[in-house]
Amino acid sequence: MTMVKNSLGRMVPSEVNGRRVRPFLGAHAGQGGGERHGGLIPAAARYGNKLLADLDAAIDACAIRDGMVISFHHHLRNGDYLVNQVMDKLAARGIRDLVLAPSALFPTHGRLAEYIESGVISHIEGSMNGPIGRACSLGRMQKTAVLRSHGGRYRALQDGDLHIDVAFIAAPCADSHGNANGVNGPSACGPLGFALADSLFADKVVVVTDHLVPFPCHPWSIEGGNVDFVVVVDSIGDPAQIVSGTTQITRSPTRLLIAEYAARFVQESGLMTEPNFSFQAGAGGVSLAFVKYMGDLMREAGVVADFVRGGSTRYMVDLLESGLTRCILDGQSFDLDGVRSLRDNPRHIETNPFVSYDYHTKGCFAQILRVSVLGATEIDLDYNVNVNTHSDGWLLHGIGGFTDAADAQVTMITAPLVRSRLPIVLDRVTTVTAPGEMIDVVVTEHGIAVNPRRQDLLDRLKGSTLPIKTIEELRAIALKLSGEPEKPVFTDRVVAVIEFRDGTIIDAVRELVPAE
Amino acid sequence: MEYPTGRAGREEKSDLAVEVELRDHGGLEITVNSSVKALYGKAISAAAEGALRELGVTHGRLGISDKGALDWVIRARIEAAVRAAGHPGTLAPVPATAGADSAGDRNRLRRTRLYLPGSTPDLMLNAHLFGADCLILDLEDSVAPPEKFATRILVKHALRALEFGRSERIVRINPLATPFGTADLEVIVAAGPDTLLIPKCEGAADITAVEERVAALEKAAKVARPLFFMPLIETAKGVMHAYEIATSSPRNVALCFGAEDFTADLGVERTVEGKEHYVARSLIVLAARAAGIQAIDTVYSDVQDEAGLVASAREAMAQGFDGKGVIHPSQIKPVHAAFSPSPEQIEKAQRIVAALEEARAKGLGVVSLGTKMVDAPVVARAQKILERARIQGLLKEGEKS
Repeated sequence: MTMVKNSLGRMVPSEVNGRRVRPFLGAHAGQGGGERHGGLIPAAARYGNKLLADLDAAIDACAIRDGMVISFHHHLRNGDYLVNQVMDKLAARGIRDLVLAPSALFPTHGRLAEYIESGVISHIEGSMNGPIGRACSLGRMQKTAVLRSHGGRYRALQDGDLHIDVAFIAAPCADSHGNANGVNGPSACGPLGFALADSLFADKVVVVTDHLVPFPCHPWSIEGGNVDFVVVVDSIGDPAQIVSGTTQITRSPTRLLIAEYAARFVQESGLMTEPNFSFQAGAGGVSLAFVKYMGDLMREAGVVADFVRGGSTRYMVDLLESGLTRCILDGQSFDLDGVRSLRDNPRHIETNPFVSYDYHTKGCFAQILRVSVLGATEIDLDYNVNVNTHSDGWLLHGIGGFTDAADAQVTMITAPLVRSRLPIVLDRVTTVTAPGEMIDVVVTEHGIAVNPRRQDLLDRLKGSTLPIKTIEELRAIALKLSGEPEKPVFTDRVVAVIEFRDGTIIDAVRELVPAE
Repeated sequence: MEYPTGRAGREEKSDLAVEVELRDHGGLEITVNSSVKALYGKAISAAAEGALRELGVTHGRLGISDKGALDWVIRARIEAAVRAAGHPGTLAPVPATAGADSAGDRNRLRRTRLYLPGSTPDLMLNAHLFGADCLILDLEDSVAPPEKFATRILVKHALRALEFGRSERIVRINPLATPFGTADLEVIVAAGPDTLLIPKCEGAADITAVEERVAALEKAAKVARPLFFMPLIETAKGVMHAYEIATSSPRNVALCFGAEDFTADLGVERTVEGKEHYVARSLIVLAARAAGIQAIDTVYSDVQDEAGLVASAREAMAQGFDGKGVIHPSQIKPVHAAFSPSPEQIEKAQRIVAALEEARAKGLGVVSLGTKMVDAPVVARAQKILERARIQGLLKEGEKS
């Protein structure tokens, strides 16, 4: 494996699983060019009744064999039944060396780690976490895993860097033609945007539903013209796990303080009161509190946002319903209020990674976002961020939309400076997920650091009572509390690459030598 | 042969469980399990070995189950376990020099005093970031009897190692009438808190008993900085003796009221409106004012009810209290706001003080605002309001206090 140094000084491979790849050169260095991936031309006349008896019939009809790339979306989150069911059936048939290409995996999929051990799955392209990440860290995958952001995954499929043979699309509501949405039926999950690229670019597309409605199923997030087969099953997931319905604001005083600092930063910097305000926040404890505080400040100042970007939650829905934002641009729903609002409110708009996050487009709305608030595992003195590996070296998380949402005009990281002794600010992050040039502000309970590239933000904060510090000062506070950590030990073998949203390689994850 | 053993701490976030067996030969055998072992395993072992050697333990087995405890917590838990096993040594808290900025200020701002269980490191670590005027490390009601021993050792270390920021460092001891009070003083006084919160005070004798013990311990440990007292009154008898208690020691800086125990003592339900303890609270304000010290109100126990908290704090302010107890950091801001003078009050006070200066400049003995004469107590109150506003940062730059 030939290694090259990228612009962040990280040694990355120039070839991954036989495919040539380029090193990362800068957040906006990629200039496009080349041809998009086309795929086969189908003929409508060949498609009659798409309904098949069961999943086995679909596997037969798709002629799945060794080495194929199989994809899933993650809108059913930890409640998903489909991924495990399909993989069990493929394993039982003795099929091997499959490439699993999910948009994300959840703890419920942890037992797939045994298929990695047994060679049913050769590697993963997309996202992984928990036990599967551990197996990858220990070098159990035959080939190199590729981690992509949500926007990066769409780009890879569109550009032909990843070709899906068979896509299984769990659909809470569908008709026999394959039109499908996520807002109706007993397993309603909200948007289905993560599955859009799969439906467009896979050779075979199977829609699997537990709620078949007469044609036409509408609205249609997935269009029947892209679907080969439809299978009806008893249940595609556990509703209680799909959307928890109980997403709660954190009660941790430390996390509340961080959220409050972040919201006050947005207000006091003037970012909130300038025209065309918008922000993005996820469903973590700090994020929910941030959304609530932000709403309070907007109400006080009479600000109405152009849009807010979800992961939708009831706190986002509150903003919409109380007139504090003109609309929600929703990529996924985290609770039942999000699902209900998407279904019933025309100003709650379903999005997919193409419109929101894809770098190889004629613009995506991440660039239009004013403020993006994101969590992180590590940040270094160059503001590089790691969300993939823990400080002890284990690969435990996917990228999610991190690198994409970090394209906002102001990207803020919110995280406790010290978590159970672990310092979050380091001299050098274990793995780079996003380059420091995209990260503008780091908000911790001990203070707020502003990237020196953003002198404009520092100028706006003059006279503020917020605890503005340098990243070096935060580093010193963390070190004083916790002491200098030891470094994890890795072999030279690359087990996974972190692909940037433009397809270049920003970092490589190496096989971990676990502490005894 | 049976060796003596001791335990301390819990395997919880930011804490550790320590188990020690003291032996007479064979050297030290230390085993560490930790959620952060890959990154801090060596540091934990080194801290543990250092603590054992400082304690004079040379033979024994030490088992640690850690969940991200900082070094000072590790030292405190090891000291407690070793002492529980019957070993006589003690560990000096580090660093030895830490102290609050405004130590020695009797009349400092005490709008909020945040209770923290002295047994839970995780709740202490960031407590100084929330801006409470006082932090109370509690050895009394929030700590179960079997935990008292290890807790006072943890608090001893916390007083030095923990960041307190601008907050007053207060320890609530157990009453001397219990088996724990005297032992608390023996460990805590030398560690140099700013103030002791003395619970269940019913008469001057409760304070003088603590004072005698404290004076002897200060002398023995050569503690120079003043240690203040805050008597906590939470019984009918205590209320009736409030003035006697308030004047019982020059160390007293504030009288505090505890409604939970008080209503239990009366045998009535504690209500939201608090009519059942209105008179008691008034008596405490009167006694404190007459003695020239501060009065601090009880806690508001419903953490979710911010409107109720604000109403309760406003009432306390109107009644003459200087502050209120809080049990969650989210209560700090609303209470501070309630205890802050309003912009209208500040503006009016500024006009009165300006009139005073004008009168002085003209050599007039009488201050008047427009056509009205302003009485001396009104001027004094205006000055007090501006002083308060200044301390709370409510005056714009250049504005006069």
